[in-house]
Amino acid sequence: MERIKNMSKFTRTNIECYGMVLLAFVILLPLQNAGLISYSIAGQLVPICTYIVMAVSLNLTVGFLGELSLGHAGFMSVGAFSGVIAVACLKGSAAPDWTKLLVAIIVGGILAGVAGLIVGVPVIRLRGDYLAIVTLAFGEIIKNIINCLYVGVDKNGLHFSMTSADELGLVDASPVLKGPQGATGIPKISTFTSGVLLILFTLFVVLNLINSKTGRAVTAIRDNRIAAESVGINITRYKLTAFVISAILAGMAGALYAMNFSSIAARKFDFNTSILVLVFVVLGGMGNIPGTIIATTLLYMLPELLRQFADYRMLIYAVVLIVVMIATNSERIKLFADRIRSVFRRDDDVPDAAGKGGGAK
Amino acid sequence: MSKDKMVPVPSNAIMPERDINKVPILETHHLGIDFGGLTAVDEFSITVGRTEIAGLIGPNGAGKTTVFNLLTNVYQPTRGTILLDGKSTAKKSTAQINRMGIARTFQNIRLFSNMSVIDNVRVGLHNSINQPLAASLTRLFGYRASERKSLDEAMELLVFFHMDDMANRQAGSLPYGAQRRLEIARALATRPGIILLDEPAAGMNPSETVELMENIRRIRDSFNIAVLLIEHDMNLVMNICEGICVLDHGKVIAKGSPDEIRSNPKVIEAYLGKKKGGVEGGEE
Repeated sequence: MERIKNMSKFTRTNIECYGMVLLAFVILLPLQNAGLISYSIAGQLVPICTYIVMAVSLNLTVGFLGELSLGHAGFMSVGAFSGVIAVACLKGSAAPDWTKLLVAIIVGGILAGVAGLIVGVPVIRLRGDYLAIVTLAFGEIIKNIINCLYVGVDKNGLHFSMTSADELGLVDASPVLKGPQGATGIPKISTFTSGVLLILFTLFVVLNLINSKTGRAVTAIRDNRIAAESVGINITRYKLTAFVISAILAGMAGALYAMNFSSIAARKFDFNTSILVLVFVVLGGMGNIPGTIIATTLLYMLPELLRQFADYRMLIYAVVLIVVMIATNSERIKLFADRIRSVFRRDDDVPDAAGKGGGAK
Repeated sequence: MSKDKMVPVPSNAIMPERDINKVPILETHHLGIDFGGLTAVDEFSITVGRTEIAGLIGPNGAGKTTVFNLLTNVYQPTRGTILLDGKSTAKKSTAQINRMGIARTFQNIRLFSNMSVIDNVRVGLHNSINQPLAASLTRLFGYRASERKSLDEAMELLVFFHMDDMANRQAGSLPYGAQRRLEIARALATRPGIILLDEPAAGMNPSETVELMENIRRIRDSFNIAVLLIEHDMNLVMNICEGICVLDHGKVIAKGSPDEIRSNPKVIEAYLGKKKGGVEGGEE
């Protein structure tokens, strides 16, 4: 009996997440195919998918692991550029576009994961502000490295240089990555469908992880580190696991994102992008996956929808952010939301919702 | 519980008769720690039998919780050795020491307050549930079986503490007494050989304390493990502890059965206080 109740709570979140994404997909895809979506909105579909993946993966670090990471765009950047290079290597091959995209996403994920491991091993021992500062620095370092990195592919294989494109010594091929100019000539192979598939994959990984032994260990570390240690949990190992998984997913999102544009530069993945994703997570709710998806979609569309206000666009955007932030933290609105929720839930779940509203201690 | 059941063994310790020919679950030799120039605990040597309920008492600031922190390597001892089931715990992390067989609770309750009651216990089961990361991520490779096992075992422990009806409540929203019980349940989930209870009766009313005493005896009898507890409630300590160690200013001033401790002039001087009967005291 208890077990059934326990399971159903997980299932409910899962259904909410998967259902929401699939519903949006089922509605939007025919509209897009029929050309009924305005050009500017259609262009936003893949970026929205990318940012949903970014926000959900960052929520793993910030919401479930409880560590503030300010360098999430750095992992996105690693994924984006390694994905671009991977696709450039496949240029001559007869592989269909979706295979190329898959390769790009996998390569992007793996390299971002490696970057996550390299940053994570020393950094994960730090706590709170220190971790935030180091991840912030990591994001900037990645940006600066890619800004002066030249990469080219020819029949002799990959060529790297840190000084100029000429030094690559390419034989009848042009460089893929040209330092501050970034990557150009990227095949636009990302599609809305691939974006939705990546979201579903991310949800599969993150939701499964949360409802597992590993996820409980991670949440326990967030709630009380000393107690988690006292019951035999290897803190470093589980923090690192969550951090690297989060980095891998960000890398995959980066590869998807890059394949949506014909050219892309490292400065796109700067501190502002990290903060933007963090804003999505905070407004969507720490540790709240369905909320993150909704917040990302709405907040990403908002500047687009506010275009008619021209110069005042970002001003209104900021005001909306502040209002949402205040509204979601108001006790009265929380109680109201709980009451609405209790109408839809079975009676036995109500104390649980009330407990969350009242807070612990 | 009475004096004649306690038998002296080498290293000047005493143990219940039934534990005498077995390796003690916990042994410390000349344990000590300095914080800067200050010696917080010094020459702390005790022996706890495999199924003994032992008490650690002493005035505030005597170093009782520091001893618990030394036993679990939250603090690295400056001197001395700790033997857990005959094996040294030196250079082990707190988590490793838990896996070797020491579980503990905390003076100021440390629960995973945002998690459900049953998930708190399931975190305690962490190391006895075999679920590799691949299974966690994919829900395959025996995921269901391992999740069921952890739910069932956690439920068993909750039933043991009569908490099965609160399994899905948020741990932080439980009443105080239930939080204390949950913390003990979580510690027991790690399958320890000895459980350290840091002031388990603090803040409890007399009837809750009676229930706690009953629970501590049931823990020892059902799980067949040793209990070492810090407590100021002399009624509880004198009732359930078989061996008592008194700490004052970081040093052991007396060891023995409850009767010996009660009549020990040093203990009365330092802790129990001179009352007419010289029995109950210490705490107002």
